[in-house]
Amino acid sequence: MLSVFMPIAASTEAVHTDHIYFALLALSGAIILLVAVLILIFSIRYRRGSKAERGAMPAVMSKQFEIGWTSATLFLALFIFWWVSSTQLSTLVPPGNALEIHVVAKQWMWKTQHSNGAREINELHVPLDTPVRLVMTSEDVIHSFFVPAFRMKKDVLPGRYTETWFRPTKLGTFHLFCAEYCGSEHSRMIGRIVVMQKDAYAQWLAAQPQSDGLAKTGEAIFRARGCSGCHSEASTVHAPDLNGLYGRKVQLADGRTVTADEAYLRDSMLMPRRDVVAGFEPIMPSYAGILGDGDIVSLTAYIRSLSAKKKDRP
Amino acid sequence: MTGIAISGELPLPSEPSYLGAGHTVSSWFATTDHKRIAILYAATITFFFFLGGIAISLVRIELFTPAGDLLSDDTYNKLFTFHGVIMVWFFMVPSIPGTFGNFLLPLMIGARDVAFPRLNLFSWYLILAGGAFTLYALIAGGVDTGWTFYTPFSTMFSNTHVIAAALGVFIAGFSSIATGVNFIVTTHMLRAPGMTWFRLPLFVWAMYATSLVMVLATPVLAITLLLLIAERWLNLPIFNPDFGGDPLLFQHLFWFYSHPAVYIMVLPAMGVISEVITCFARRHIFGYDFMVYAMVGIAVIGFFVWGHHMFVSGQSPYASIVFSFLSFVVAVPSAVKVFNWTATLYRGQIGFEAPMLYALGFLGLFTIGGLTGLFLASIPIDVHVTDTYFVVAHFHYIMVGGTVSAFFAGLHYWWPKITGRLYPDVWARFAAILMFFGFNFTFFPQFIVGYLGMPRRYHVYPPEFQIYNVLSSAGAFVLAAAYLLPPLYLGWSLIWGGRAGRNPWNATGLEWNTSSPPPRDNFPVTPHVEGAPYQYHPEGFAPEHIGENYRTQGEQL
Amino acid sequence: MNTPTDVLRPPWKELSRQREAATFALWVFLASELLFFGGLLLLYAAYRLANPEVFITAGRETDLWYGTANTAVLLTSSFTMAVAAGAAEADMRRLTIWCLGATVVFGLMFLVFKGFEYAEDIRKHLVPGESFALKEPAAQIFFALYWIMTAVHAIHLSIGVGLIGRLAIFGALRRVHLRENPQVEVTALYWHLVDVIWIILYPLIYLMGRS
Ligand code: HEA
Ligand code: HEA
Ligand code: HEC
Ligand code: CUA
Ligand SMILES: [Cu+2]
Repeated sequence: MLSVFMPIAASTEAVHTDHIYFALLALSGAIILLVAVLILIFSIRYRRGSKAERGAMPAVMSKQFEIGWTSATLFLALFIFWWVSSTQLSTLVPPGNALEIHVVAKQWMWKTQHSNGAREINELHVPLDTPVRLVMTSEDVIHSFFVPAFRMKKDVLPGRYTETWFRPTKLGTFHLFCAEYCGSEHSRMIGRIVVMQKDAYAQWLAAQPQSDGLAKTGEAIFRARGCSGCHSEASTVHAPDLNGLYGRKVQLADGRTVTADEAYLRDSMLMPRRDVVAGFEPIMPSYAGILGDGDIVSLTAYIRSLSAKKKDRP
Repeated sequence: MTGIAISGELPLPSEPSYLGAGHTVSSWFATTDHKRIAILYAATITFFFFLGGIAISLVRIELFTPAGDLLSDDTYNKLFTFHGVIMVWFFMVPSIPGTFGNFLLPLMIGARDVAFPRLNLFSWYLILAGGAFTLYALIAGGVDTGWTFYTPFSTMFSNTHVIAAALGVFIAGFSSIATGVNFIVTTHMLRAPGMTWFRLPLFVWAMYATSLVMVLATPVLAITLLLLIAERWLNLPIFNPDFGGDPLLFQHLFWFYSHPAVYIMVLPAMGVISEVITCFARRHIFGYDFMVYAMVGIAVIGFFVWGHHMFVSGQSPYASIVFSFLSFVVAVPSAVKVFNWTATLYRGQIGFEAPMLYALGFLGLFTIGGLTGLFLASIPIDVHVTDTYFVVAHFHYIMVGGTVSAFFAGLHYWWPKITGRLYPDVWARFAAILMFFGFNFTFFPQFIVGYLGMPRRYHVYPPEFQIYNVLSSAGAFVLAAAYLLPPLYLGWSLIWGGRAGRNPWNATGLEWNTSSPPPRDNFPVTPHVEGAPYQYHPEGFAPEHIGENYRTQGEQL
Repeated sequence: MNTPTDVLRPPWKELSRQREAATFALWVFLASELLFFGGLLLLYAAYRLANPEVFITAGRETDLWYGTANTAVLLTSSFTMAVAAGAAEADMRRLTIWCLGATVVFGLMFLVFKGFEYAEDIRKHLVPGESFALKEPAAQIFFALYWIMTAVHAIHLSIGVGLIGRLAIFGALRRVHLRENPQVEVTALYWHLVDVIWIILYPLIYLMGRS
């Protein structure tokens, strides 16, 4: 019965959101009931010509009353806010071991890419009970990655990365919708999320047509585009060493410190003047218009693989 | 009671009513009479309301079935865009301020006209001009951006008539600003002697608060649309990510206007409801000063919550939390208002004429709409339901269930004053009840289908959502029928309706203290105000002391 | 007081109240205008924060000479306008008309300079688009904002020139009573707003890149 009113809850976040939803439903139900019942009682008791007592308002029902319900609602509102947001804050950061998947949206399709480079269109296979982190960008307008069963949604923007994550808790196939209006076929920009057992996922992944891993592709671009000319160990140009860069704090020339995440790496390639690394000349050319979104995704993966290697080395 | 009775009612004017003051075309289209301008507005917004309603009726028919069988994708997108643009900027924003605001503000404060009558007329022409551009956009092929005009879709990808539509809204915006300036100055400078700030009827306060928002928020929309036009037309990169531009800045600017704008749409309704409830409960409004502070509070805090439309947009999660917090805070003054209206009924002498039925409908629907606003202000819930039908239901509960109901409440309440005629109350009550049911029938299922995950602006949808859409579409027809009734019986009353007399409801407002319809100059003599508004006496069925609040003076207006 | 009745308009009964209302209305309108330009300034600030160097290099491409000359012209016009308003108050009709005229001339001078500046900008390929002179993408944003801010300001200024010109001509023809006419004061206020906005734009556009 409930399933007519509630979407299936297939992630940890979904259960969580539903709890808040039910609590708010109960609370609003109570408030609406209170208001409705009061209106009804007053309407009947004080209908025109009824015999009920009128006269001036009892003294208590003056300012104290006003102050009373103003502060009561304020308190209630702040309490709900506190309760809802405190639970929200704890889910902001994805677990460190999350599986990472790249999503590129374009009018009107979803392109997803797994860590080994396997690609899908309008589909995404993920393993059960594993946190999955999505790193998303768009090639044209704003889209929004929406999976009702996970109670999860995030806008996908051109020119930057947005991230979100989820941990599926139920096997099955679920809707993927584009929730931000994006033009003619917005309502047809839909797909499927397939949640599989972990080993089934591993098999599925291995069975995908062998494509070069993202990092491999990235490495090729790194050479082809001349990045290695400056950034390789052998280079004579004074440019930073990218090994171990990803995830590290970087000191910038203007005194700021930033974390080298996807957005930072992207900016470094497209707008190198913006965040100049301390101790280096801003000689790196901008690659805006030269590197496509796909190239940047691959390069980013490559640079990240450099830091993973570094960590592995004792 | 504080008012000192010095004499009875103001003398009845002997001049002809404002309606009889001229019959030429130019006596209407070049008029500077605030009451005639109100009629011009009324005709305009009625036209736009029906236009917007017909557009969305096609949408609702399409949504009977999951497949896109009636309309093409693009037609569908153009229809809801047109619906949103027309309903928001050419119906809802000018609706109550343009009609009742114009008609009643001078009457309620005892003035002869608004501060700048010619500017007032100009405002109306601006709405017309803006409407013309927007209609041109429709006729030339439509616009498909949604009423939110998000970039980069609107600037670089849509190949429809975005510029004409944006220009139309831009021009209509100046109409809002002009009206706002006019009303603010009128309220400050033209109050009758004795009409102190805390003796103003709440409707006047509502207009004042609305005007503040109009004056301070609308210019931001204007510049935003101008930038959009510049980017689209002249290819100036402003929000274009290829050049380092940021589409989120557009959203920030847009919502910096559009959230306050939702209070432009609801504050006037709150003003109307305060007038109607007091009159039909025959009680002084409960907590007058709290009602005033609440409205001003809503207007002010409303400027700081815009980011709650952008929880999933990629804005900083910490910014989201702040906006969520402020959204909860802004709900408190609304709660105060709901409680005060309810408390006003206590120990009243309640009559259930049509205006009161609409007002009670407003109370219920606004409360539901507002409370679902709290769901949306809660980030985890909003992440799930943003851009779904849950949001569509939320804002229709407030804007249609709330404001449109309040508009009809006001229309039925002041119709005798505006036209001097009485309408058949049975029909009016029937329409009010039908509207209430039709409304819930249409929009309640949308909450459910929204939580189930049906995205908005969807032309085709998965079949499991069909049942709710069928309900909603069927309800829309009941609702449309209910909206068709008032034009019929109100039109009838213009010719066959009985004469209203100056004060058919035995109301206390100053506007009831002149003939119906009022003469060109409103009052034959300057009224002097001696007490607070809403001095109703619940004990007596028909209070004899209606006029005791106003003293006449021999001085000519 | 022989108040010219053609200045008094319904619903007002006294000219002093009407003037007060007109001035008040203009202040309210100015608040509105401030938010209008506020939107532009916000964009400027946001993009400058994101691209500090580019904005500095791009800012150097603007023409300091025209910018500064125009600032001087506008400041002078503000002075003549203030004198005009004072003179109207004191019923010095000739002085009022002369000062209004001078303000119009300064306003036109500003527009002419602006026109020359625009011509030069176009010659130097500073219009965003295919053949834009600077290669940094964000420089195009700076110039997009430059064009919009200065154009919007110029439109405001042209409206002001029109209003003042009308007062000057009709005043000279005695079709408008200048004395105590709220229109003079209101127009003056508007003109000062146009000035103030330029005073804000001037450093943002011309000076930031050169400090
Ligand atoms: C007149 C119009 C109007 C009004 C008054 C409101 C009022 C409110 N709105 Fe709504 N809103 C819209 C019109 C309106 N809204 C529109 C058009 C959109 C969508 C735009 C689009 O995307 O196209 C929208 C979207 C919208 C969103 C974004 C949803 C999304 O897109 O993801 C949010 C999120 O916080 C929100 C919240 C609120 C809140 C908290 C209020 C509050 O002001 C409500 C306050 C009222 C009450 C709370 C009820 C009375 C209170 C009681 C009976 C007492 C109990 C109260 C407490 C315990 C506090 N609204
Ligand atoms: C503020 C005003 C306002 C008003 C009054 C309405 C009124 C109505 N709205 Fe609207 N609506 C919006 C503001 C408003 N809406 C906005 C801002 C959006 C978002 C747009 C966007 O996404 O960009 C929206 C979107 C919107 C959608 C979502 C579309 C989508 O996302 O795909 C739907 C769907 O049901 C809908 C339905 C209705 C209905 C049934 C009415 C009814 O109340 C209308 C009833 C009126 C009539 C039907 C006309 C009068 C009757 C006749 C002329 C009789 C003849 C007609 C028939 C017999 C059919 N509206
Ligand atoms: C002409 C030499 C040159 C070339 C070619 C070059 N870079 Fe750089 N790069 C630099 C210099 C110098 C810096 C440090 C100054 C700065 O931050 O701009 C740098 C900084 C970076 C950084 C930030 C490093 C840190 O420690 O924070 C990244 C990431 C980067 N480059 C990636 C690339 C990629 C990817 C390419 C090829 C597509 C590339 N670079 C091509 C010279 C170059
Ligand atoms: Cu993509 Cu909507
Ligand atoms: Cu809002």
